[in-house]
Amino acid sequence: MTAPNKPLLELRDVRTYFYGDEGEARAVDGVSYTIGPGQTLGVVGESGCGKSVTALSIMRLVPSPPGKTVAGQILFEGRDLLALEEREMRAIRGNDIAMIFQEPATALNPVYTVGNQIVEAVRLHQGLDREQARARAIEMLKLVGIPSPEERVDEYPHQLSGGMRQRVMIALAMSCDPKLLIADEPTTALDVTVQAQILELISALQKRTGMSVLLITHDLGVVAETADHVCVMYAGKVVETAPVERLFARPAHPYTIGLLRSLPELARPGEKLPTIEGVVPNATRFPSGCRFRTRCSLARDLCAEREPPLEPVGGDEGDGHAAACHFLEEAIEL
Amino acid sequence: MWIYILRRVLYNLPVFLGIILFLMAALRVKDPIPGMLGKFPEPEDYARMEKALGLDQPFLVQYASFLADIVTLDFDQESYDKPGLQAGEIVKDAIPPTMAITVPALMLSTLISVCVALISAFYRGRLPDRLLVFLAVIGMSVSFVVYIIIGQYFGAYRLNELLGPGNGLFAIEGFDTSEPGWWVHYCLLPVLISVIVSMGYDTRFYRAVMVEESGKDYIVTAQAKGASKKKIMFVHMLKNAMIPIITRVMITLPFLITGSFLLEMYFNIPGMGNNLIRAINANDFPVIQAFGAIFAAFFIVTNILTDVAYALVDPRVRLS
Repeated sequence: MTAPNKPLLELRDVRTYFYGDEGEARAVDGVSYTIGPGQTLGVVGESGCGKSVTALSIMRLVPSPPGKTVAGQILFEGRDLLALEEREMRAIRGNDIAMIFQEPATALNPVYTVGNQIVEAVRLHQGLDREQARARAIEMLKLVGIPSPEERVDEYPHQLSGGMRQRVMIALAMSCDPKLLIADEPTTALDVTVQAQILELISALQKRTGMSVLLITHDLGVVAETADHVCVMYAGKVVETAPVERLFARPAHPYTIGLLRSLPELARPGEKLPTIEGVVPNATRFPSGCRFRTRCSLARDLCAEREPPLEPVGGDEGDGHAAACHFLEEAIEL
Repeated sequence: MWIYILRRVLYNLPVFLGIILFLMAALRVKDPIPGMLGKFPEPEDYARMEKALGLDQPFLVQYASFLADIVTLDFDQESYDKPGLQAGEIVKDAIPPTMAITVPALMLSTLISVCVALISAFYRGRLPDRLLVFLAVIGMSVSFVVYIIIGQYFGAYRLNELLGPGNGLFAIEGFDTSEPGWWVHYCLLPVLISVIVSMGYDTRFYRAVMVEESGKDYIVTAQAKGASKKKIMFVHMLKNAMIPIITRVMITLPFLITGSFLLEMYFNIPGMGNNLIRAINANDFPVIQAFGAIFAAFFIVTNILTDVAYALVDPRVRLS
């Protein structure tokens, strides 16, 4: 799918900070990206890079205190979500924007049946009565491929397997026909075989309803299979963004290159898998200038002095490939 | 469900038999008769008492006969301290006054504490929460006896002085259930004191439970669904929090029947605690033994009720 002209969701310079004992943690520090209708945007990055906090910022569910979205705009269908009343925001959550999480084992309420949990969402947003809502819940369970949904609807989460629970989460998220589905590491806690099924399910539902998907993951393989466009995040910032084929064919940022190199699928037999040295810096003490410089082989004085802006890569502009590095020409040689 | 209950009962039965065995053995380690008749009783008095208490029988026979007493709830041995009364009658008469205090006290303190804890958790980290936690810590740091003394001074002395002689609202002696309004007169003040004392502990405990639950993933799911904060607290959080709340309430349940020794002593309420202390002081062997059996039975029943309550609230319990 090509990038459409009017985005469904647009993040403009979003900043979400946490205020703790160690000072200000800039978990999300000036993130901008857009998702068009029907598009899948993959957001990739290591743990702690701010990708999940960005998603929670969109839903305005960053735990506060200590967290706060201090700046930026989150435009959903042209409306700035950050400016909405809490009541208006509640009408959007679960209805226009739905979310699924990493741990289906704990994300469902253990003391209510799965049917009840779907019914709650449907009744909240669609004003259906109990009977209709239950019918809708069964329909949704069937849609996500749960066998004998008429019986499963009355079961508790602990009676289902991990994959089934994630399907229930998806059924719950899809129950009000959202325009945007935020999937925060939806396959991380699942078996590899189940992972593929869940991703296929999300893709199939997307084709059917035309919704957009924001797929957050640390797994580049997942992105390669499902996303149209990719954002690579590092230390609270977007360091590279590109259409998916482009990113895998011609990565531009040293960090992206490092990530791709460390994929086991691309490793040569008999050789040690390359890794990126070091760890993501603590969000209260990011390095000056380029935040990746402490782990980058190209780093020099300029990197510490000035923060590189996100700039278009290569000759053909307009395909949306951009990266934030002072030495893009050299990085491509890596 | 019935099978589950039956299984819980069967599991607890040997425990109960063991407790009774231990209770009876413990009371017989030292010969109880000299405690009643003096150090050097006449041999014929000794023999009569031994026969009356059944101590002349082999232990197993005594055990069986006492178990029969428990099953029929008929402790027919005569009290030593209160001649003419059977041990069972003393226990039976002591239960209502105790429960007149403990039942309302437990219900009130649990209800209020859970509500306060919910408010506290709702405003977590903000001024109302900090204020409530502060008050709870102060509340639990003051001794029980201080509350009793202050309560009696202001409630039963200064207030009654104010109302004039004969119109006193609270009394601290002469417990009598035949008067109209006896409950307010004799029980309300100790109940209030009891509630205040337990509120500090309970509030802090329940608040910790709520705070823990409010950090769970399913809360975020409920938020992402678009549920309101109130709905999340009362529908999602409270039902999950019921599991530790029930545990706590159940642990305090035996207090319903053992009663508060301190309150009963200070307010001269002829309840279980008061009677038990009196029986111990008087070496009243049959009464002590009957009390021991009743307390043990109550603990066991509470245990079973706890398990059943878990199963009702938490669907995960039923499978195991």
